[in-house]
Amino acid sequence: MTDTELRPADDSAPAAPGSPAGKPAGKQAVPRRRTFVPDTTKGTVAKIVLLGLVDAVAVYVLMMLFLSQSWGVLAVAAAVVLVINWIYLRKGGLPAKYLAPGVLFLLVFQVFVVFFSGYIAFTNYGDGHNSTKDDAIAAIQLTAQKRVPDSPAYKAAVLSKDESFYLLFTDPDGKISLGSNGKPLEEVSGAGTDSTGKANALDGYRTLNFQEIVANQQRILAITVPVSANPADGTLRTADGSSAYQFKPALKYDAGAGTFTDTDTGAVYRDNGKGAFAKDSGETLSTGWKIDVGMENFARAFTDPSLRGPLLGVILWTFTFAVASVALTFALGLFLAITFNREDLRGKKVYRILMILPYAFPAFLSGLVWSGILNPQFGWLNQTLLGGATIGWLTDPVLAKISVLVVNLWLGFPYMFLVCTGALQSLPTELDEAARMDGASPWRVFRSIKLPLLLVSIAPLLISSFAFNFNNFNVIFMLTGGGPRFADTDRDIGATDILITLVYKVAFGQGTGRDYGLASALAIIIFIIVATVSAISFKQTKALEEVNS
Amino acid sequence: MNGPAQRVVSITDQPLASAAGDNTREKIGADPAPAGELPALRRRKPFGAWFKDKGWRHVVGIVVTIFAIFPLLYVLSAAFNSTGTLVGSNALFSRIDFGNFTELMNNPSRPFAHWFVNTMVVGGVTSAATVFLGAMAAYAFSRMRFTGRRIGLLSLLLLQMFPQLLAVVAIFLLLSGISEVIPALGLGSQLGLIMVYLGGALGVNTYLMYGFFNTVPQSLDEAAKIDGASHAQIFFGIILRLVTPILAVVGLLSFIAISGEFVIASVVLTDPDSQTLAVGLYSFVAQQRSENWGVFAAGAVLSAVPVMALFLYLQRYIVSGLTQGSVKG
Repeated sequence: MTDTELRPADDSAPAAPGSPAGKPAGKQAVPRRRTFVPDTTKGTVAKIVLLGLVDAVAVYVLMMLFLSQSWGVLAVAAAVVLVINWIYLRKGGLPAKYLAPGVLFLLVFQVFVVFFSGYIAFTNYGDGHNSTKDDAIAAIQLTAQKRVPDSPAYKAAVLSKDESFYLLFTDPDGKISLGSNGKPLEEVSGAGTDSTGKANALDGYRTLNFQEIVANQQRILAITVPVSANPADGTLRTADGSSAYQFKPALKYDAGAGTFTDTDTGAVYRDNGKGAFAKDSGETLSTGWKIDVGMENFARAFTDPSLRGPLLGVILWTFTFAVASVALTFALGLFLAITFNREDLRGKKVYRILMILPYAFPAFLSGLVWSGILNPQFGWLNQTLLGGATIGWLTDPVLAKISVLVVNLWLGFPYMFLVCTGALQSLPTELDEAARMDGASPWRVFRSIKLPLLLVSIAPLLISSFAFNFNNFNVIFMLTGGGPRFADTDRDIGATDILITLVYKVAFGQGTGRDYGLASALAIIIFIIVATVSAISFKQTKALEEVNS
Repeated sequence: MNGPAQRVVSITDQPLASAAGDNTREKIGADPAPAGELPALRRRKPFGAWFKDKGWRHVVGIVVTIFAIFPLLYVLSAAFNSTGTLVGSNALFSRIDFGNFTELMNNPSRPFAHWFVNTMVVGGVTSAATVFLGAMAAYAFSRMRFTGRRIGLLSLLLLQMFPQLLAVVAIFLLLSGISEVIPALGLGSQLGLIMVYLGGALGVNTYLMYGFFNTVPQSLDEAAKIDGASHAQIFFGIILRLVTPILAVVGLLSFIAISGEFVIASVVLTDPDSQTLAVGLYSFVAQQRSENWGVFAAGAVLSAVPVMALFLYLQRYIVSGLTQGSVKG
């Protein structure tokens, strides 16, 4: 590749004498050869239209951010919009024009999220800790409610509009008001009333009849209408869809002391410094808030008895799985590439097409399909091939690991086959001939000449393959779901879990609550491992050389 | 086209010299038999010689082919066997009917048609945009010299190592933050999911495309420039046309990757109607694997057919793209 410097037309001073030094071409030709011509009219129009569309969307986004009063994000977004416009409206800076769109997405959804993960890893973010302390206080007041003793009964009717339910209340004085989940009472006029003075209809809303109320009992029971915007004022609820009572928080918040007091028992809940309110006995309220916990997530991963043992097992297995997968697929792929690297082999094309089919089959389906074949009770392997055996291909810890490796071999060998074939064919044939002339055996030729040469070009792919398999979520999750589960922990961690499936289960798993903090901490551990491994191995290959060219 | 080839040749020099040197000292006649050969067959000359030369290759080919295609035949057989359960699917091709397919399509709680369309839309839009963004970046890296170019290429190479799914928690929380401001781009929205996927567009593909762009001779650009072409005309009119194979490869590979992506899609798309095939089929089969097997197999066949058809149709390009990429190293 030549090192010619290309510059946009507007960038290099036109015909600046001598600036493209050492050009053999004639004086007239010099500036033309080195420069791009300005955009055509069509190009300019396209640019303006596209930029206009982007700006229109950007303005909408900025407005929404303004309305939601997220000032920090608004400032960043506004700066980004300005930068984009600057890049495309200024003269010159051509590389930026080509790089900006991709880089923008890259920065937000690949780079930023990594740092965001890093931040989350140092918090207790998760179920019960997903908001600010103020939000938590409001939520506690809303959820811990009991009926205000001797409070008057409101008459109520259930209305619906757009698939959501509303309650229409008539208070003892005859005042009519409307409210819904999270929407405080609002006085309305023009409601229709029945003979008892109970409001039962409102324009724009449909009144539910008795059957509908019975059918939707659960949802109607769940409606809690705040009396006012202040949560301490309590809420209105109905048990039967026809009368409603006022409820007040069973926990009273003392804003001065920052404590909740149980109105029955007098027990006091204090901020325990861990993002929750706790009694002196240690019992906490289920709703807490997000705080920074420092290294606690990392410490927990390696000290919590229900996590430490399984986690070490998982890390070990992740390495084993990744290394073994690369080794097996490469070995089979290379063997096949050598086997079929013969021009005159009949049926070569047919073999090749059939053999790369697994590569074309969607990976997530492969795991599921194999899970059917290997199913211990009903699977084809046990039932048909082995005549009703009950071998636990997916339920025995060791066999499950082997099964996972076999399935991953099935998925991965076609890629290695293709890649090795390509690399083999790019080796000059003279080498082979020369070595044979010197009397080398085929094995010797392969081991001493072809393999080292192959490794030079394929090593970077093996490293990428390692990195890919290190996080090969689909095979594990679809085939075994990480199972069989470890016996020594109550968490959902199993013998074939790799780190990334563990992250997913901790963050989004069923059963145990979501723990984003711990999951992110585990993800950061993966980052560090992958970064270390690839840094070391890339140093030893010459993959980076080309960048310097 | 010279760049990569020359590179390989230049690398060969040293090992060749040393290997050849070794060989002269080495005794000839070490057993050349490749793995898999049966010694017994060597004595029967004509067949033995054929077997030693080619026959064993066919044995290997047949064994590996069976390994490769058996699961595909199995799922195909299960799809056309309306017995429906896992046990019933064990007798391969014992009956053939379309019961599973009709059942698959007629269950509103399992909107397979939606999943299919969603996957095509998300995968199609994402891979088209990926190709475009990647090609623009590769053009800049390949044809222009600017500050930060080397660092940029290096960072892209390193970013490949860190797939987006590692940050799935952060992506989820970021999108749930976005949905409070702009619901159309937040959790549950396919547009949001596409945006997330585009974050990975540069990392994975630019480097591959960059190597390919470098093989297009610069003299072409120069000539076009002399004829008065703008940078955009060179990009769209010349370069993109010459690198069509790699565009097809990158587009197809990213379509395959996106249509099979489970982790992020399962977290972002919560409503069954908006889910992709990976999320939908998994949630459908995960609970009652053995009961729903036949219908799942039918769904699997339908979901795999377009991807596999595309793959085989573009097979030539993919193979050349992969091997070109590999030789670049």
